[in-house]
Amino acid sequence: MGAQQTLYREYWKGRYEMAVRSSEGTLANKDSIFHKKKRSGEVGIQALIWISAAFSVALLVGIILYIFVHGIAMVTPEFLTTVTSSIKQTVGIAGNIVNTLYIIVITLLIATPIGIGSAIYLNEYAKPGKMVNLINFTTKTLSGIPSIIFGLFGYIFFGTTLNLGYSILTGALTLTLMILPLITSNTQEALKTVPDSYRQGALGMGATKWHMIRTILLPSAMPGIVTGVVLSIGRIVGESAALLFTAGSGYYLPKAGLGLLHKILESGGTLTIQLYLSMSKADYDVAYGIAVVLLVIVLLLNLSVKWIARMSRRAQEG
Amino acid sequence: MANTKIVSLSGDDVRFKKTNAVENSAKILLTLCALVAVAAVICISAYMIISGIPALLQVNPLEILFGTVWAPTAAEPSFGIAFVILTSIVGTAFAVLLGVPVGVLTAVFLAELAPAKVAAVVRPAVELLAGIPSVIYGLLGMVILNPLMYKLELFVFKGSTTHQYTGGANMISAVLVLAIMILPTVISVSETSIRAVPKEYRSGSLALGGSKIQTIFRVVLPTAKSGIMTAVVLGVGRAIGEAMAITLVSGSSVNLPLPFNAVRFLTTAIVSEMGYASGLHRQVLFTIGLVLFVFIMIINTVLLKVSSAAVKEK
Repeated sequence: MGAQQTLYREYWKGRYEMAVRSSEGTLANKDSIFHKKKRSGEVGIQALIWISAAFSVALLVGIILYIFVHGIAMVTPEFLTTVTSSIKQTVGIAGNIVNTLYIIVITLLIATPIGIGSAIYLNEYAKPGKMVNLINFTTKTLSGIPSIIFGLFGYIFFGTTLNLGYSILTGALTLTLMILPLITSNTQEALKTVPDSYRQGALGMGATKWHMIRTILLPSAMPGIVTGVVLSIGRIVGESAALLFTAGSGYYLPKAGLGLLHKILESGGTLTIQLYLSMSKADYDVAYGIAVVLLVIVLLLNLSVKWIARMSRRAQEG
Repeated sequence: MANTKIVSLSGDDVRFKKTNAVENSAKILLTLCALVAVAAVICISAYMIISGIPALLQVNPLEILFGTVWAPTAAEPSFGIAFVILTSIVGTAFAVLLGVPVGVLTAVFLAELAPAKVAAVVRPAVELLAGIPSVIYGLLGMVILNPLMYKLELFVFKGSTTHQYTGGANMISAVLVLAIMILPTVISVSETSIRAVPKEYRSGSLALGGSKIQTIFRVVLPTAKSGIMTAVVLGVGRAIGEAMAITLVSGSSVNLPLPFNAVRFLTTAIVSEMGYASGLHRQVLFTIGLVLFVFIMIINTVLLKVSSAAVKEK
């Protein structure tokens, strides 16, 4: 080792010690890359982030607990199976449950084929261009329109112009427009995940396009389609503004026989509508009772969406 | 004639023709399905305009849109909806101001900070919040928020002789309910856009010595900006269109949107008065619907611009 090099090292050692001394021995600790600088402001921000997240959870738990505590006593077999009547002295929501089922079934019967058909067209037939842009634009617009506007439109168009009045059919037709984008977009997503090799394989074996769609694509896309339908049921069950002026507020059970069919043309308030009417009459017991039923339905639907997703994932992997 | 003869010579050709017919009708049917959405939007727009215009022509449009006196059932009725429009704008703005920060921070939590087990609790909770029917939010607002607001009102206006007591059904209650209701939308859309930020950006920032928080606020969020803007616009749309949750929570008279006033939004005016309105009153309610529809269309256009900007950035 040459003298020059020793001198050099001594020089830097001296500089280093000087620096350490001038920072009173803290330099080695504080500016080491192994030492994390503490930023007190960041602790605050981190706390805020945790609190925000905790808020959502607390809110959900709070809502569920509050509703169940106040409403669970109301939910008796009698509450679920009778119709409110002052003569029989009963308070019940059977009529509203039946109405809700009617509206779900009729809406889905109309909306599902149209929604799936629309998705198939967009994904399999349409060539990119003005037409597709227009359809995509209107589908997006439709999903952005608030339910009160659908309600107004349904009231004037189906209720007044088509003269269906306050009826389950009016409500179902209105909701059809509302859930159409939901079914279309879910089906489209599902169709996009079907590998192109399936299509090529089927077409290569001589299948026609529609045959290929019917026998290969739709079965493969089924989990996605079912998810869309379940989500739509959730939307219908929770909907109120679009139904208030379309399906009306009747709460009677349909009569047997032809009455079951005729019910479609009668007014029928769903659970949410009855909840709204009860609470505007300050009849809170019934309101809490219905809220419990609605929450249970929403929870079940949510679980079934998760279940479908898990099953289809397992089917893909297996 | 000649054609049919040739076809009937071979059975295969007949079948071919039949499948062709099936194919074609399938295509036509599917196209019609896709056009339903287009027809629906055209119909809705047309009907909203047709039913919203007459009142504007019958009364002076300026008088309706900028008038501040709402007395539709008075002997000399007056149909000024300026306060109703103002309430919707101010209410939505404050709901978004409250809801967006909490929502974006929760999204940051879910995408960046949450331990897997905690995220597995928070994410489903947010999804469930989105699924709760709006009337339930309304019910809870009515039985929890309104009494609280009433206490606050009694405290704030102690000794005041001019204040009209609302029993707690006021602007603040409505804004709080709206802020809570837009949370799930804001959270899920923001989380998706935060997750879409490439990993290299984070690694780069961390390698340069940035802390986790610095990385999030200086690198990740600015990159996810347009996605978060989409979330905000969606939140605005949801807040301005919400009706049933705030109808009974916000009070029952038309006033300036001040914190402790009972107020009426565009949506709640329709819900609470459509049931009994008739004649010109009813037509003005349709005009309110038209105003709301115009707002929604503006928001939709902004949304398309913002989200197409988000796509371009990627």
